[in-house]
Amino acid sequence: MYLYDQYDQRQVDARVEEFRDQARRRLEGKLTEDQFKPLRLMNGLYLQLHAYMLRVAIPYGTLNSRQMHALADIADRYDRGYGHFTTRQNIQYNWIKLEEAADLLADLAKVEMHAIQTSGNCIRNISSDHFAGAASDELVDPRPYAELLRQWSSFHPEFSYLPRKFKIAVIASDTDRAAMRLHDIGIQIVQQDGELGAAFYVGGGMGRTPMIAPCIKDFVPLDRLVTYAEAVLRVYNRYGRRDNKYKARIKILVHEMGKDEFTQAVDEEFARMLDEGIEPPFAELERIRTFFEDPLFEAGASEEIDRGDPDFALWVDRNTVAHKAPGYVSAVISLKPVGGIPGDATSEQMRLMADLAKDYSFDELRVMHTQNIVLPHVRKADLHALWTALDGAGLGAPNLDTIEDIIACPGLDYCSLANARSIPVAQKISERFAANGKTEALGQLKLKISGCINACGHHHAGHIGILGVDRKGVENYQLLLGGSEAEDVSLAKITGPGFDEAGIVDAVETAADVYLREREDGERFLDTYRRIGMTPFKEALYG
Amino acid sequence: MADLSSGTDTLIRYREDDPVDHAAVTVDSFLDQSSASAVRVEPGDDARELIPHLERLSLVEVNFPAFGDGRGYSSARLLREAGYDGELRAVGDVLVDQVAYMRRCGFDAFDPDAPLNEDDLEAAFNRWPEVYQSAADERTPIWSKRHA
Repeated sequence: MYLYDQYDQRQVDARVEEFRDQARRRLEGKLTEDQFKPLRLMNGLYLQLHAYMLRVAIPYGTLNSRQMHALADIADRYDRGYGHFTTRQNIQYNWIKLEEAADLLADLAKVEMHAIQTSGNCIRNISSDHFAGAASDELVDPRPYAELLRQWSSFHPEFSYLPRKFKIAVIASDTDRAAMRLHDIGIQIVQQDGELGAAFYVGGGMGRTPMIAPCIKDFVPLDRLVTYAEAVLRVYNRYGRRDNKYKARIKILVHEMGKDEFTQAVDEEFARMLDEGIEPPFAELERIRTFFEDPLFEAGASEEIDRGDPDFALWVDRNTVAHKAPGYVSAVISLKPVGGIPGDATSEQMRLMADLAKDYSFDELRVMHTQNIVLPHVRKADLHALWTALDGAGLGAPNLDTIEDIIACPGLDYCSLANARSIPVAQKISERFAANGKTEALGQLKLKISGCINACGHHHAGHIGILGVDRKGVENYQLLLGGSEAEDVSLAKITGPGFDEAGIVDAVETAADVYLREREDGERFLDTYRRIGMTPFKEALYG
Repeated sequence: MADLSSGTDTLIRYREDDPVDHAAVTVDSFLDQSSASAVRVEPGDDARELIPHLERLSLVEVNFPAFGDGRGYSSARLLREAGYDGELRAVGDVLVDQVAYMRRCGFDAFDPDAPLNEDDLEAAFNRWPEVYQSAADERTPIWSKRHA
């Protein structure tokens, strides 16, 4: 994985000192809260209901065991002994004191980490495929391109006061595991006539007005990647709406200009920029690529797995994914124990995951946008030892991509924007399905819960989505069906009137039962919904 | 070192030439008349309209009515890219935590609504030993140093 050189290290060290000085001026009253707010946001510090939350960047979701240990130490030293892994492949701490934030950032910098641009109206942490470098279906590892863009977007002088936040995802396979088309810019590395290039999808997003990004350029040569991204950002910075924060994302600009006119504006800007020396030399991309070479996989590693223990066999079936190297898999550590808080991990669990990564996965971990952790390169022969250690620490839930593998935002338990709680709904649904035993029969069923229309819990992209709203002072939950964040991307539709907290759990089970009754061979929930439509579900829910 | 002696009390310039001695006009007025050599660009103005007339401009003020509106960064940079080498002055809600990025976008003068603390200003310009991007200033990006 990527390692800092002296330059990268100087940048994060300078940032820590800059923030320390800004926090001091704020505490001395020399900066107003309005002046300080965008500065602290660009350092990941966000004011929630009860305390400051600090969001640490995990670039493209990749980290090593030393970094995971540091995250655990931070949880103990500055928080309450746990952290929350997010849908942006980051980690958040919920109980941070402003006076200690600079020290926390300094601790991060010691392990080549930071919280730069994890909030605010700037280019956010770049996300990617959590199986990058391991997936059997990828064209190339997408992370070198994500790292190139990470450096370009860090402290960008022109694009740090954008109309609104800006999220970029990079993938390199036709299977989309990063919700690429629901980003402000989604990039897919593709091949044309033997040459690698980047397809640009611009103007996707969730939030109040969900949109699927159209492809505005099917092939940008790799030696123009940064310049093209710069052109997109300049058009957005100049013309994105600033009169209404709910219409300020680039998706609205693309929608209002129309894809063709927007693309033309980008192309004109791009043409002007070509001689401006914006693009790093190709040697820089080559330098970054050397950090992402394959680890030394054992030749002839055994394909055998002893399935004698049925609990272990179930975990293998559900939580391991095909790997490009024979005898290896990617193993998913579920942070969704039945009745637990999706994405939460204690410092002890973080340390265990770090140690297991060192022992069994070439010292590498990944954070998934679905709020789980991946050990990307595990020998099949080591799986039983790995599972035994995980299961003993409450990390062995065999539920990847099942109805128990719920994405949920922090909701009204933490967030000042939320209208309703998300976590208790997720807990009750996972308990319900663990008790009624339907999880196995339901197979792949992606359930996503947001506590307000800002959609941090990706409810628009859930096979089943739940949206918490405030209805005359009472929490109310709308049910949505038919969304997908994957390569078959679609936006979920609302079934009808909402439900109370107990009612929404029943409603999810009712929808699941319609699927079990109506499904044909091999169909997932999403496939059945797409075939039979909303009506049978509505009849069962409201009939 | 910044020249704090001329113009208004709050004007900070990083140029050797004398400041323009008359007030800037709006972009619309500038395009309508030929005598003005100073123009003020508002966030909603298209700075590209000035490009055919750069030779007769000595001062472009870019107004920041609110520091969070970042359109002025692009206005500055595209004027520098078009070859403008006169004074480029950030005016309005210009705060010390934004001036380093403004310099990188091509601003070489600042006239903030509220005076900037000189120590904070010096610290802001000395903060960043390196830069990741090529921009409108003369700084060498990290990627260039890596492959020198």
